Amino acid sequence: MTQARFNIVVIDQDPVRAALIREGLADAGHTQVSVIGEVHGLARRIEALAPDIIIIDLANPNRDLVEHLFQISRMVDKPVAMFVDRSEGGMLEAAIEAGVSAYVVDGLRRERVAGILDMAMARFKAYADLRRQLKETRDALEDRKKIDRAKAILMKSRGIDEDAAYRLIRSQAMRTGQRMGEIARMLIMAEPILRDPPEGET
Amino acid sequence: MSRQILRIGFMPIADAAILLVAARKGFDAQAGLTLSPVRETSWANIRDRLAVGQFDAAHLLAPMPVASALGLMPLQVPLIAPMALGLGGNAITVSRALWGEMTVALPGLAAGDPVAAGAALRQVVARRRRAGRLAPAFAVVHAFSAHNYELRYWLAASGLAPDAEVPISIISPPYMPAALENGGIDGFCVGEPWNTLAAAGGGGVVILRKADIWRASPEKVLGFRRDWAEAHQEQVTGLITALLAAADWCAEPGNRAELAALLAAPDALGVPVESLAPVLDHGLTFAGNAATFPWISHARWFGGQMRRWGQTTAGPEALEAAARVYRPDLYRAAATLLGRNVPAVDEQPGTGGAPCLVPGTLAPLRLEPSRFFDQDAGTGLPHF
Repeated sequence: MTQARFNIVVIDQDPVRAALIREGLADAGHTQVSVIGEVHGLARRIEALAPDIIIIDLANPNRDLVEHLFQISRMVDKPVAMFVDRSEGGMLEAAIEAGVSAYVVDGLRRERVAGILDMAMARFKAYADLRRQLKETRDALEDRKKIDRAKAILMKSRGIDEDAAYRLIRSQAMRTGQRMGEIARMLIMAEPILRDPPEGET
Repeated sequence: MSRQILRIGFMPIADAAILLVAARKGFDAQAGLTLSPVRETSWANIRDRLAVGQFDAAHLLAPMPVASALGLMPLQVPLIAPMALGLGGNAITVSRALWGEMTVALPGLAAGDPVAAGAALRQVVARRRRAGRLAPAFAVVHAFSAHNYELRYWLAASGLAPDAEVPISIISPPYMPAALENGGIDGFCVGEPWNTLAAAGGGGVVILRKADIWRASPEKVLGFRRDWAEAHQEQVTGLITALLAAADWCAEPGNRAELAALLAAPDALGVPVESLAPVLDHGLTFAGNAATFPWISHARWFGGQMRRWGQTTAGPEALEAAARVYRPDLYRAAATLLGRNVPAVDEQPGTGGAPCLVPGTLAPLRLEPSRFFDQDAGTGLPHF
């Protein structure tokens, strides 16, 4: 398969995700790829690199700068467009959902570069899923630790067994519509008040 | 009846106050709405999320809807602006080093004097050129921002050519103080509290406030996608009434401390509360002086500046059509429901140096002077 060689810049503050994108581009035969993770000095680097395509994460505070550079470039010689616009049904939603945006020098035929955005979107999404799973796992672990501590507090202060303590936390969570971990966190926070006699009484 | 939830995108700048107060102080519920403010990291994100309907309304740079109507944005989204979110609120800050050069060039120079500061800067630019040094570089938050046009207006009126003599780049507001400190730029024009934070950090000196350049000038507007607003007229009217009530609350001196705390919170701007004092004390006007009225003359001024600075080659008719994205008619309709007296005309008269009366919906309204710093009293009109 013959692939056009594009000069591509990836602007992403997350080095792991940037590496995933670079790898995906390399798999597709694009080797002229520069990654910019720094917020400062971006304008000079982009001007020096003169990319055909820019891929940027949506959390990046430099997105307005990137659009400005295109505004300038449009006035000079290379008009630049946002990769997806509203005419392409659902594409903009999908890109926002994935957390990525891309810009391309006008004149590059869209179908020749479409694969690049598809790949970037897929990888952004996969990375976000991975991050979410990791966070869920961590949160669950944290919750379990907190619930154990809260159970111990309840067992001691109310003189009940572990099962009863667990049921108390669970019923409170159901009643208030909060996670059990959250109820446990509040119990742990309040514990010193329950334990220490008020000032002046010692 | 279940309330309609409106998602509103905002950037962490003090002039998001009216939106945040409406949501946090229950003015939304009084209008039968629930506002859900969502902080964003770029104006481009706000525009995109408005475009696809993830946001119903947004905090927008006042020139953005005009720029969009002129086809200047990478993504074409027809927007409308039925309300301004206050007057004033930004400032120009320079690095300590540049301030030092300016005070050497013009001994006795003090902050708040646009004529003197302009003359000093012009001398610094000339001295640096003779010494073979780079000209001082400035930054603004967006190409289609009031900051950009005010900075350019001040530079040009001071005899300096923006871009050619004084380069202007784009930096996101929260990154301005750091850029000034690490020497990436020598000055910037940005909404508060980012000027005050740069000064507090020791890296910058706030030399001019927006009002020093243009006395009563707009900064941000409430924006909707045009087709969404047409399909949800009741919500648009309801939101404007909620924001009018919120604006009054913001303007009430007794609420200052609570407003500062509310804005400083991590889910709002996430800044130290004391950094908001200058802008709340004498930077932003939330109510009175038609502070939230979307003057067509303001939109027209922005369109004119886009042409002046080469962002568009649109002719007078296209510029006039673009100015009509400001919708004083919708503002007036909502204000009338509340029995308020608001301007009955769409154009702010050139007021020169004196207050003037404009026709109001109930009675004549007194407006404070809205002049530019280089205008002679009474010759306001050409600037609008």
